[in-house]
Amino acid sequence: MKPTTRKRLFRGALYAIFIIAVVVVAVLADWEAIQSNFFDLDVAAEAFPGIITTAAKNTVVYTAIAFVGGMIGGLILALMKLSPVGPYRWLATAYIELFRGLPALLVIFGFAFAVPIAFQWRPPGGSAGAGLIALIVVAAAYIAETIRAGIEAVPKGQVEAARSLGMRPSWTLVSVVLPQAFRIITPPLTNELVILIKDTSLLFIAGMALGDRELTTFARDSVSSQANATPLVLAALMYLVITLPLTQLVAKLERHNKRGR
Amino acid sequence: MAATPRTDVPAIEVRDLHKSFGDNEVLKGIDFHVDQGEVVCVIGPSGSGKSTLLRCVNRLEEPTSGTIIVEGVDITDEDTDLDKVRTRIGMVFQQFNLFPHLNVLRNLTLAQIRAKKRGRAEAEEIARRNLAKVGLAEKADAFPSQLSGGQQQRVAIARALSMDPDMMLFDEPTSALDPELVGDVLDVMKQLARDGMTMMVVTHEMGFAREVGDRVVFMDGGVVVEQGKPEDVLGNPQHERTQGFLSKVL
Repeated sequence: MKPTTRKRLFRGALYAIFIIAVVVVAVLADWEAIQSNFFDLDVAAEAFPGIITTAAKNTVVYTAIAFVGGMIGGLILALMKLSPVGPYRWLATAYIELFRGLPALLVIFGFAFAVPIAFQWRPPGGSAGAGLIALIVVAAAYIAETIRAGIEAVPKGQVEAARSLGMRPSWTLVSVVLPQAFRIITPPLTNELVILIKDTSLLFIAGMALGDRELTTFARDSVSSQANATPLVLAALMYLVITLPLTQLVAKLERHNKRGR
Repeated sequence: MAATPRTDVPAIEVRDLHKSFGDNEVLKGIDFHVDQGEVVCVIGPSGSGKSTLLRCVNRLEEPTSGTIIVEGVDITDEDTDLDKVRTRIGMVFQQFNLFPHLNVLRNLTLAQIRAKKRGRAEAEEIARRNLAKVGLAEKADAFPSQLSGGQQQRVAIARALSMDPDMMLFDEPTSALDPELVGDVLDVMKQLARDGMTMMVVTHEMGFAREVGDRVVFMDGGVVVEQGKPEDVLGNPQHERTQGFLSKVL
């Protein structure tokens, strides 16, 4: 058999498998059940406008707060980890290892219930506030490692050039090292952000007031009250509406920054 | 001690400089000086310690022992404001080390604004003047990645000049360039020398050393083996090691 013939046959087989799989799924699926359980238009109508004005809005707000907080915490931790002072390095390492090793769900639970009992302290913003602090704490641990890797990826000659021009270490960091580090870590940081968007769904464990609910909590509540899973499908669509434009935006940003690499 | 630069002493004076990386002693007691307005070319085989010596002069390398005095200011003294001294010492690297995230103009103004506290308008005017000097006035808005190696190195020279340094250190400035781009960079350096700039040049360009250098210093194995006028050191070397090295590179 000629190589081109073989290639064509192989390609044809791939298409055949795909079509068979689609047909099997289509035949086996109970379309009526799917339609009534997941795509009930009356149930869907009930979810509006709350799913946008409360749930999606809260998801975006929580993500933004957790990401900004995580970036600030992560930057501080990364600088501590690169510090010449030993105790700072150990402290940062211990923090990062601890909070990367724990499930986010457990940390949120801890901040919402264990910390208030242990320290007799009510976090600002009630349960949602406590959960958010937990998200920031966890995000900082992951982002710290990303930022550290970015800083270390900036060539040593860059620091030498800035220092040889008489720039202080702080200015060298701010105007030479960090801008380049953040360009390098834009893709992994985007990952952290998208993971964070989805991690806000774990906040339900903290038990939230009605107006504080984010997409998943909102959808779960609707599912219970309506005895129908359509709100979950809506929530899933909402997540995609949030994440897809975001990743597109970052990809565009990355292309723009290419010339400055 | 007051850290004001003086003009009645050598620009650079190095006394009994030792530098070790771990167990590896790279500089084994160097005495070396560059007078004001003098162009000194340092040559020698790779691993001879010539780049380390140059990098010690603005303390990018920390000396193990010894004294380095720049315009009368002891830069090995703990109390010396190193950043201030460095604004008077221009440095050009083998790998250019331009800031890739900034355009050419911002490369030239950044340290003027951050370290010399110049206003933006003044910094940009000085930057454009120095870009013109290296023949790249039209590249102010380009990014380093859009320039050839030779152009990048000329921008790097302009960046150092924009700090109005009293002296320039060149660390093998043409070694990373394609052969056809070396000439433009050397021309800029020749012009600088003609303008009376104090220069310390670590180089493999023997032609440049012969033509532009006031003095040539030959280093090998972490010591200064021989130094003198270019025509003497390059044309009639006294020391066996110098003869051996020159017979390989000339």
